[in-house]
Amino acid sequence: MSERIVELEVLRFNPETDAEPRFQRYSVPCMNEWVVLDALNHVKEAIDPTLSYRWSCHMAVCGSCGMMINGEPKLACKAFLRAYDGVIRVEPLANFPIQRDLVTVIDDFITKLKRVKPYLVPKSDQPVEAGEFRQTPAELKRYKQYTLCINCMLCYAACPEYALVPKFIGPAAISLAHRYNEDSRDGGREERQQEIASGEGVWECSFVGACSEVCPEHVDPAGALQQVKIRSTVDWYQEHLMPWSKK
Amino acid sequence: MAKSNKPIVWGLFAAGGTVTAFITPVLVLLTLLPVVGVMPELLVYDNLHAFAGHWVGKLLLFGVIFLVLWHAAHRLRITLHDFGVRADSAVAVIVYLAAAAGTLAAAYFLLRI
Amino acid sequence: MSANGKPYIREVSRYRWYFSSPRYLRYMAREVTCVFIGLHALILLVALRRLSEGRDAWEAFLQNLTGPAGVLLQLVILVFAVYHSTSWFNVTPKAMPVQVGENFLPGGVIIGAHYAAWLAVTLAVLFLAGAF
Repeated sequence: MSERIVELEVLRFNPETDAEPRFQRYSVPCMNEWVVLDALNHVKEAIDPTLSYRWSCHMAVCGSCGMMINGEPKLACKAFLRAYDGVIRVEPLANFPIQRDLVTVIDDFITKLKRVKPYLVPKSDQPVEAGEFRQTPAELKRYKQYTLCINCMLCYAACPEYALVPKFIGPAAISLAHRYNEDSRDGGREERQQEIASGEGVWECSFVGACSEVCPEHVDPAGALQQVKIRSTVDWYQEHLMPWSKK
Repeated sequence: MAKSNKPIVWGLFAAGGTVTAFITPVLVLLTLLPVVGVMPELLVYDNLHAFAGHWVGKLLLFGVIFLVLWHAAHRLRITLHDFGVRADSAVAVIVYLAAAAGTLAAAYFLLRI
Repeated sequence: MSANGKPYIREVSRYRWYFSSPRYLRYMAREVTCVFIGLHALILLVALRRLSEGRDAWEAFLQNLTGPAGVLLQLVILVFAVYHSTSWFNVTPKAMPVQVGENFLPGGVIIGAHYAAWLAVTLAVLFLAGAF
């Protein structure tokens, strides 16, 4: 086990005393196999207990330690120190307001997530005795990758359209809507379309593709959004040119 | 919220993007060939005039110009927004009107051939 | 400005945001192809007009197009057009995934099919136009 001194440059902000954020430098003795989150934990425990940041699982499942590391949205628990040379710059997730230090205000995302109904809306009410809603492996595979989303919001930090147009519902929420739309047991697509096919929905996406590049779970939100655009376009033509085909 | 009417312009953008991806490079190549001494027979006046005079040729040329213009117009609208131009409605009117004017002009020229 | 107890909002420059990451620059390069694609559509329009004006007009037009300025312009258009084509085909598996039985076709197959079709269309147009 070898050790090295890592220079961390962390964006600090205290809303009670600071007019704007500033960088603070820490020299942290780190083990080679540590991730950025380990270094932050060491700072908190041994150097500066006032440093605030979110984390929980330390294994890329909970999605709470998203932050900008050298300008790139990353999970701090998945960003290995050995991948970086020199000073490592750590900032709160881009495109979200800073609550304190590395902690951001995520209410906007939570509100949008609720709007798209990211849960199964059964086609019809069915008594429990009727049994499970069954699904073939092919039907499962159709949407499986989107279930891997951990709501870490790295895709929002990477999305320039979300930065420029804050009302945009954004990558994760729309791909989760798509996940349920693609589910053979679901009947809620029309309700979700009211949100994701609106002016604040998928049409604000210009397919930059950054969301998919930064996703730590290898979900492809950019793909989901293009599929939603195509499906919504087909819908539009059906509704306007063939009104009799209304389902 | 109400569903958006963007599918009209986006559908044309996507169709045009596909058409232009397949054929714009070869069309440019075609008019570059004479420079290296290869004259495609189609570019000879009589041949091209006959091609554009036939209704199949007219339809092909019209379809290509229409879709490619709409593709370029819609993407230009997005690009201007990305460069910081916020008057999206005004930009939309201008670029789509320009594309429509170009499309009409194409029809006019084709009908005169 | 002094501390106000509220969250801090970092402004994003609406004019310079794309300089903050190479992936944004690649994206902007892709978007800017539309200028050259549009320019080419205009050249086609002018070509139709000259063609409708008769033999002399057409031949003068072709002369211009194959002059130094015309060639330079067309070479630039060609570069952007090819960039458009590759960037368009490379994302087809995202927009149009194909599920066969249980599994999705590998993206490479869908992209490859598009490149093969692109090559076929290119050769067919060149052949039909009598370039061989």
